[in-house]
Amino acid sequence: MAAGIVSYGAYVPRLRIATESIANVWGQDPVAMAKGLGVQSKSVPGADEDVVTMAVMASRMAMRRAGLPGTAVGAVYVGSESHPYAVKPTATIVAEAIEATPLLTAADFEFACKAGTAAIQACMGLVSSGMIENGLAVGADTSQGAPGDPLEYSASAGAAAFLIGTRDLVALIDRTCSFTTDTPDFWRREGQRYPRHGGRFTGAPAYFRHIASCGRELLERSGSKPSDYKYAIFHQPNGKFPLRAAEDLGFRPEQLKPGLLTPVIGNTYSAAVPLGLAATLDVAQPGDRIFVTAYGSGAGADSFDITVTDRILSQDRTGTPTVQSMIDRKVMIDYAIYAKLRGKLMLGGGAE
Amino acid sequence: MRDVAVLGVGITQFGEVWESSLRDLGIQAGFEAMRDARIRSDEIDALFVGNMAAGRLIEQTHIGALIADHAGLAGRKVPAVTIECADASGAAAFHHAYLSVASGLHDIVVVGGAEKMTDLPDEEVTEIMATSLDQQWEAFFGATLFSEYAMIARRHMHEYGTTREQMAAVAVKNHAHGALNPKAQFQRPIKLETVLGASAVAEPLGVLDCAPISDGAAALVLCPADRARKVSDTYVKVAASAQAGDTLAMHSRDSLCAFEATRVAMEKALKLAGKSRKEIGLAEVHDVTTISEILAVEDLGFVKKGEGGHAAESGMTALGGELPINTSGGLKARGHPLGATGIAQVIEIVEQLKGKAGKRQVKDARVGLAHNIGGCGATAFVHILEAVR
Amino acid sequence: MTGKAGVRFWRETSSRYNLVGNRCGVCGTSYLPPRPVCLKCHRESLGKMEDLKLKGTGEVLSYTVVHEAKRNFELQLPYIMAIIKMDEGPALTAQIVDCSPQDVKIGSRVTAVFRKIGEEGKSGVIYYGYKFVLD
Repeated sequence: MAAGIVSYGAYVPRLRIATESIANVWGQDPVAMAKGLGVQSKSVPGADEDVVTMAVMASRMAMRRAGLPGTAVGAVYVGSESHPYAVKPTATIVAEAIEATPLLTAADFEFACKAGTAAIQACMGLVSSGMIENGLAVGADTSQGAPGDPLEYSASAGAAAFLIGTRDLVALIDRTCSFTTDTPDFWRREGQRYPRHGGRFTGAPAYFRHIASCGRELLERSGSKPSDYKYAIFHQPNGKFPLRAAEDLGFRPEQLKPGLLTPVIGNTYSAAVPLGLAATLDVAQPGDRIFVTAYGSGAGADSFDITVTDRILSQDRTGTPTVQSMIDRKVMIDYAIYAKLRGKLMLGGGAE
Repeated sequence: MRDVAVLGVGITQFGEVWESSLRDLGIQAGFEAMRDARIRSDEIDALFVGNMAAGRLIEQTHIGALIADHAGLAGRKVPAVTIECADASGAAAFHHAYLSVASGLHDIVVVGGAEKMTDLPDEEVTEIMATSLDQQWEAFFGATLFSEYAMIARRHMHEYGTTREQMAAVAVKNHAHGALNPKAQFQRPIKLETVLGASAVAEPLGVLDCAPISDGAAALVLCPADRARKVSDTYVKVAASAQAGDTLAMHSRDSLCAFEATRVAMEKALKLAGKSRKEIGLAEVHDVTTISEILAVEDLGFVKKGEGGHAAESGMTALGGELPINTSGGLKARGHPLGATGIAQVIEIVEQLKGKAGKRQVKDARVGLAHNIGGCGATAFVHILEAVR
Repeated sequence: MTGKAGVRFWRETSSRYNLVGNRCGVCGTSYLPPRPVCLKCHRESLGKMEDLKLKGTGEVLSYTVVHEAKRNFELQLPYIMAIIKMDEGPALTAQIVDCSPQDVKIGSRVTAVFRKIGEEGKSGVIYYGYKFVLD
């Protein structure tokens, strides 16, 4: 059975910090940083938000749009690199919060920024094989960059959820493929607070190699070319990389527009491509083809060939905000508040 | 049931009493009450102690046993019990001590209240005070005792036009009274502007709208009225001891602007005492916040619902006014060691009725009332005491 | 190592996550959290209380801005506490978030969201539940 997207949901927290505010703290040129990274601001989770709360909000939106009861969900997979627990899955809390318990399978995924798309692939397998009717795949992160590290400008927070099934689809996933190697471009050891990365090694041998290889593989297997697609979404660690990757494959900047969110909300890691896809589906029309390639450090890329159906217009999305409206409703904060919220201050007293 | 009289009273300094532990405070008040009552320890039939939170504040439960032992009563195996109704524990202990004598079970009992609140940091004490709310459905979500009263205040302002100035007038009055009470935690008058300008605790309540964290203990000796009559023709008798309850969580109540439990307890007390409201000459009410006194004045029926704001502002409830309220300084200025307050309130009424209130004396005080609330209104006690001459 | 209070809070999950209360099968009064017995019908309601999931929408009855520190809530100061009357009838106590205090009024319409309520220190269980945002 052909698998696809039954519905989707998204969540972007409302707080933002400007690149300028971060640059001023570390003595860097704010204009040059913003320009060099292609990032103007990034989203910041509130004190009472984390991967679990954002995943729940996105999942509930997807369920509401699908108009299905929680019992119709046979699997919940949440991909993140900032799950609040190292052991105890986010997925079970999400499952409880959408009333899908207890007859379902659940697990958390980790694969840097492509844990969410890996979850989509897993759900595709389960529904296509008939093992379950619908599966919920969520990508969510509240990722952190070490203070003063370039990643601090882009590591941000967000979530997107996709209900995968075989019936009543707003978009068909015609094909998916992946390109996976053992490449140490970016990592975080168990117990460490912040990730580390290989500097410029994260470029050509990591991000670009995997995206290009996987993207080409998908185009070849699909027998398609870039101009066949209305939209293209690439993993977006900054505002520049995806434009280059797109160009290398033969895509044009206009195709990336609705799905390129990093310049205003930063890199939401496991939610980056899922949110880009959600934002694209918010504006897509029946018949539109969408090319998606996610990338996760460590390393791997997942590509998807998606065709939007008529149902995208008939599904009731009233009362549920678009990704753009969540991006637009923002409150700017300064570095001091940001540091407090992100736990970068050493607290004393009985706070532990 | 036979009539019960107060034979003696004792009360410690209220405030931050660093040198004294809970047991020290407890026996200090108890011994003073026994001296005042001129009784010996071998005459004590039972000890009742009101305490709310020693289990968390000093990690000690079984307070009745603790105080009895420290007072030297363990040798005679005197029965002792701790009674808890949040910060109405003092009144609750008094109620049960009274019943034990009225019923004939005991003759001489010592009833006290004690709390030691300053051995922990403020944030923890705030958390512990919030345990008198619904832990699972109010405190869990961030509610504190003062945040609950703040919501009452805002609703009262919305429904009746009560102002912050009217609330502040309660604090000014009670501090003026406290200045005349050598045992009070705060003994200096304060100005209205100071109350209004104090830092916020939970808007619209500021620091000076809220009772302080206090250490302290208070105790009374109760006996059958016959015994008191043998000592003197004039004595104070317990005319009524009444209690009423309500839902634990404030959000379960019909109104956010009234404590029904107070109203019901008051009706019961008046009936038991065979008295009308007009006969009440003074009252100690539960002003854990300024709005609490405004509510009390209304719920006790001294003014119509919604008009409580005028009571302190107009001088009606000040010393020298029509109905002096909280001549001791109230919880606000005298202090609020949680389990001790209910007893301290009764003691103030007793002293007034005996003409021993010094500079705070209300002229011709004959009948007085003590009103003690647990948490945010789930428990209310009203005691009426009468001078028998 | 054993953790402290996770179990006590686990019992309330469906009410705290999904606003599941109940309704008296005799008089129709609804409650959140669910009550074992109706406050009005008493014994008559035993065994007749039915689960009821609230929609999550309601109106502010009263509110305050908390400035005093309660342990484990210090980092959230100042925060808005409110009593909210849900459309189905029951009132509950919760925080209002994502707005400035000036925006909240008695009568404001609000909708429930899923947020972190607290945690048992850095190595303990995390508690989730309802907070509200202005419509």
